[in-house]
Amino acid sequence: MQELANIFIKSIFIDNMVFAYFLGMCSYLAISKTVKTSVGMGAAVIFVLGITIPFNYLLEHYILKEGALVWISNDFIDVDLSFLSYIMFIAVIASIVQLVEMVIEKFSPALYSSLGIFLPLIAVNCAILGGSLFMQERGYSSIIEATVFGLGSGVGWFLAIVGIAAIREKIRYSNVPPALRGLGITYIITGLMGIAFMSFMGIKL
Amino acid sequence: MSKDSLFAKKNIKLLSDPLDDNNPITVQVLGICSALAITVQLKPAVVMALSVLVVLSVANVVVSLMRHMIPSRIRIIVFLVVIAALVILVDQVLKAFVYDVSKELSVFVGLIITNCIICGRLEAFAMANPPGKAFLDGLGNSFGYGIILIIVAFFRELLGAGTLYGYPVLEKLGVYDLGYENNGMMILPPMALVTVGVLIWWQRARNEKLIENN
Repeated sequence: MQELANIFIKSIFIDNMVFAYFLGMCSYLAISKTVKTSVGMGAAVIFVLGITIPFNYLLEHYILKEGALVWISNDFIDVDLSFLSYIMFIAVIASIVQLVEMVIEKFSPALYSSLGIFLPLIAVNCAILGGSLFMQERGYSSIIEATVFGLGSGVGWFLAIVGIAAIREKIRYSNVPPALRGLGITYIITGLMGIAFMSFMGIKL
Repeated sequence: MSKDSLFAKKNIKLLSDPLDDNNPITVQVLGICSALAITVQLKPAVVMALSVLVVLSVANVVVSLMRHMIPSRIRIIVFLVVIAALVILVDQVLKAFVYDVSKELSVFVGLIITNCIICGRLEAFAMANPPGKAFLDGLGNSFGYGIILIIVAFFRELLGAGTLYGYPVLEKLGVYDLGYENNGMMILPPMALVTVGVLIWWQRARNEKLIENN
């Protein structure tokens, strides 16, 4: 349990997707103009990360990893398919996103109208693929750990985008030098937020 | 294919525009994730720029050749498959020849797949233009991307570690004897954002038509 809590906190604050690895920056910069849309986008990211990471974990452990195919027959003990992981992961992500979109549209039109427009954007959000690749690289020991890591990374991304959106809404009333308006100042603020998040470094439960 | 030669004036513009006026990173806001993460040193930045160059120009040509056959409803998935196949090739080549750099780039080679420069250019350009032009567009945009990567990595490596491409420049110049110390801050992730921010500031101060309104 403590291990899980540790992974969760670590993936939110210390290994924050945006501030430590710059993943999902493109949508982070493009969608953070108002708090409302960024809450929608952030929720969609948590949702999709929470679903795709366990799926890709199963894929990694039962198909791609060296010796993972033993459950079919012992002849496959030397087969290492991990070079296929990029294409498999992205295919899984793209199809899950499509599936989730259809399911939500069918069963919850209200949720669809608030999350729906963001879902197609998410298939090409690097935070999602990055989450799966980090899961592969760090070798979590169980599917529960991997899921907790996915949810934690999603929450970290959510915090980052909502924070920057709130700051951007306020900064509209300030007198920013013309050449720095828009993109430039957003970068610099994100940098400052990153420095603030670095103070979480070394926290261990 | 258009009648004019491949190097007619407006085709040259395809190459030169992304370097400044229409730079993928600072103006189109595409492909930022990788640009920030791997600019601690020059070497990975150069390797990354070359990988993107290969993937983007080949993917542009392939998609442009297939543009009449791709149904528009599933185009994103087709793009992703083309890109992922190319990225696997690049990844295997990197692992075979420059293993240490490939380790350093870790997940970011794989993340070329979701690098929005590639998807963005395929969507915006390759789907509507013949292969020759698409190739030039791919080259131009990857140069624009590479140049930012190299500038950012140059400053971060020089100020943060005092080296350039692993060569201890500042030590040879004897700057340390004058009491200079490396700025460790430059190596940390947040400074990548600030460096790109300052770069954008400088570019827009010079080129006023790029200034945004709010």
